[in-house]
Amino acid sequence: MAGIVGYGAYIPRYRIKVEEIAKVWGADAPSFKKGLMLREKSVPGPDQDVITISVEAARNAMKRAGVSGAKVGAIYVGSESHPYAVKPTGTAVAEVIGAVNDCHCADLSFACKAGSEGMFLAYGLVKSGEVEYAMGIGSDTSQGAPGDALEYSAAAGGAAFLMGLKNVVAEVECQYSFMSDTPDFWRREYMHYPRHGGRFTGDMAYFKHVRGGVEGILKKAKGKPRDFKYAVFHQPNGKFPMKMAKDLGFSDEQMKTGLLVPTLGNTYSGASPLGLSAILDEAKPGDRILMCSFGSGAGSDAFIFTCTRELPKVQGKAKKTRDYLDTNPFYLDYGTYVKFRRKIRKNVED
Amino acid sequence: MRDVAIIGIGMTDFGEMWNDSLRDLFVKASLEAMDDAGVDHIDGLVAGCMSPGLFAGQEHIGSLMADYLGQAPIPGVRVESACASGGMALRTGIAYVASGMHNVVLCGGVEKMTDVSGAQATYALATAADQDYEAFHGVTFPGLYAMMATAHMHKYGTKREDLAQVAVKNHDNGLLNPHAQYRMKITVEQVINSVKVADPLNILDCSPITDGAAAVIICPLEMAKKMKKKPVVKISASTHATDTIALHQRDDITWLKSTAEAAAKAYKMAGVKPEQIDFAEVHDCFTIAEICVLEAMGIVKKGEGGKATREGLTARDGKFPVNPSGGLKSKGHPVGATGIAQIHEIVTQLRGEAGRRQLKRARRALAQNMGGSGGSAVVHILEVL
Amino acid sequence: MITPAIVRRNTPHRYRMEAQKCAACGKVFFPPRLVCTCGSRKFKAYALPSEGKVITHTVIRTAPRGFGDEAPYCMGIVELKDGSRVLCQIADCEPHRLKVGLQVTIEFRKIQEAGESGVIAYGYKAVPER
Ligand SMILES: [Zn+2]
Repeated sequence: MAGIVGYGAYIPRYRIKVEEIAKVWGADAPSFKKGLMLREKSVPGPDQDVITISVEAARNAMKRAGVSGAKVGAIYVGSESHPYAVKPTGTAVAEVIGAVNDCHCADLSFACKAGSEGMFLAYGLVKSGEVEYAMGIGSDTSQGAPGDALEYSAAAGGAAFLMGLKNVVAEVECQYSFMSDTPDFWRREYMHYPRHGGRFTGDMAYFKHVRGGVEGILKKAKGKPRDFKYAVFHQPNGKFPMKMAKDLGFSDEQMKTGLLVPTLGNTYSGASPLGLSAILDEAKPGDRILMCSFGSGAGSDAFIFTCTRELPKVQGKAKKTRDYLDTNPFYLDYGTYVKFRRKIRKNVED
Repeated sequence: MRDVAIIGIGMTDFGEMWNDSLRDLFVKASLEAMDDAGVDHIDGLVAGCMSPGLFAGQEHIGSLMADYLGQAPIPGVRVESACASGGMALRTGIAYVASGMHNVVLCGGVEKMTDVSGAQATYALATAADQDYEAFHGVTFPGLYAMMATAHMHKYGTKREDLAQVAVKNHDNGLLNPHAQYRMKITVEQVINSVKVADPLNILDCSPITDGAAAVIICPLEMAKKMKKKPVVKISASTHATDTIALHQRDDITWLKSTAEAAAKAYKMAGVKPEQIDFAEVHDCFTIAEICVLEAMGIVKKGEGGKATREGLTARDGKFPVNPSGGLKSKGHPVGATGIAQIHEIVTQLRGEAGRRQLKRARRALAQNMGGSGGSAVVHILEVL
Repeated sequence: MITPAIVRRNTPHRYRMEAQKCAACGKVFFPPRLVCTCGSRKFKAYALPSEGKVITHTVIRTAPRGFGDEAPYCMGIVELKDGSRVLCQIADCEPHRLKVGLQVTIEFRKIQEAGESGVIAYGYKAVPER
């Protein structure tokens, strides 16, 4: 059965706390922290972008899979912060892991579900026998406009999943997607920062589409929430996925392993993929995982995975998600943060 | 091969020469050298310059200088070997004269560095490093020498104060040199507390950005003897050696192999031992460089350059004075001019014309000029007849 | 200098740490060369290990054009596990942590870009354990 043969995460080392941002804008940090269930977020270093994050996540996935890069027949990178507007990210990943030249490559976009789209395509290709291995990556260095609520959460990180048929560590049991045309969050061409519909992004967008994805896949798989050891949903903040879980009948226990957002922030296309990689770091053979992404615009991709006896053999072969998230972060002040994120207008260097 | 002598020297003041262009500097130093030699015609010209293109937007300076010196159509050429371009200019001129191709040759060096911003100058200098594997990563020249310093301190226990002492000593000397850019006394504390550039090197460990030029006139020794105008200075050795220009590709990061090689060949060519050299002008582009050079030239044992400096070996009144001119550190380092300016100082000392900084013992001296982080080294030994 | 052709030409060694080993004497060259110091011109492809230790270091505080925003940044010469050496930045490292012997791993990072609209040059940096 087709499924994940290798997975890997990458999260930059820099962080900024909610208080540090709130201080600058005169906002009430305690209420933000409580309302969003978010304490701090990751920030990319000045030398990091979606290409470097995708590459490191892909390298970790390849370490776990232990297969030659030359066998990877397709690479898809989903992001809303590709370094180039025109010129692919995936080609750089392919060069690094040695997948060139015999490889299909494309960059994907669908707000925050671009990563799960890559997983969906990669899974479909290996299942059909079209390629031996295919990789889906979700990665972002998310942008939030200065002073906007998104600035407290927009974070950086990514996860990569190599799909294949041999030595599968987590089989894809079922897949389902749900969508509608809903303008809840967008960024127009040439604009620096995304805009959003405020409270419209809740019920009409996130909750409707995650519910659609989860209920759809449960129906397709004839399953119930209690059938899963773990569940992970898109996590723009801590509050949304936990409320969704409660409404759908999932417990805190099922959610906690994949819920990284309180100290990671919203890694957009990387959010539910990173949650999944954190779960795979801990899961045991036989555990079933339900994952549901969400992308504004709007839609969701849901997967049901069953962990195999191969999983424990690969968990220790690369750095774990929590190793990146929890170990010795560097905390930035707001000034350094805006310098790193190039929000300061400077003279052109001569 | 004919023996070669130096019959004339000239140099501009070193510093921020806002009113002088690249060609003004070169021509001023050259005219002074021609006047000093008492010649109004030269048979050929060699100009050492590291990067007139990046610093002044000007290439093709061999012809430019021949023209502006009023000597066209004589052959004029530029030679480049990074910071050793000046030394290379002399060595190239020596080959012309020794071979019999030309009789009277002007060997000059020049760099006009202050027309560009600090970041551009740093970039231009970094082109002397390996562009693809060093400069690409953002390393600077102070950075490369800083890594040599870190390694030297780690391997031999060289102290931060030893590095500083090189600068203090050279500033003491430069104080007496009217051409020097920074004529001021400094202390070890000032060096250690000065602005950081590339740890452990601070601004007072680094030679400055400088405009300037220097020139010498050379001719066959036999011809020089007949002129009898001033004491005749014979060039008894001229050697050159190369090494990897990338620092990390060397087996020993603290060992300046090109300098060791060029110095060993020079001693042999001149038929002298290091002990028979009275003093030296060496390439102290950074304080650590002088320490490593002392070791590579065999003046002190490996690892003892810092200790020797601390103990005063290289001071003006020490057993082996090094950089009586003030060195690159105090006199200034207009990159392409440096190698010729070293010769200028040695000839001045050998002729007994150094005034307040005149050394007591000055019969035979050595000049060591280095390119990049040691990718090239040119050594000359001069003696007064 | 960052141009499309230079970026492309350097991809194998900057992206994948592709080196080569002399078929005659076994010496490893990174980046690859056409002739070995032993005179041999035959080489085998060889991938460098990604782990090593810092053998010397500095902190660049006065940066060249294109690196000003990153200063101060750490740099060093890293001796990889097989003994080969690379010079590169040491990223995500507080200057006070730098020391000879510091264990590092090679990571893929952005090195330079040709202005705001030009190509981006990626390559290797060394990163200490978190
Ligand atoms: Zn060989």
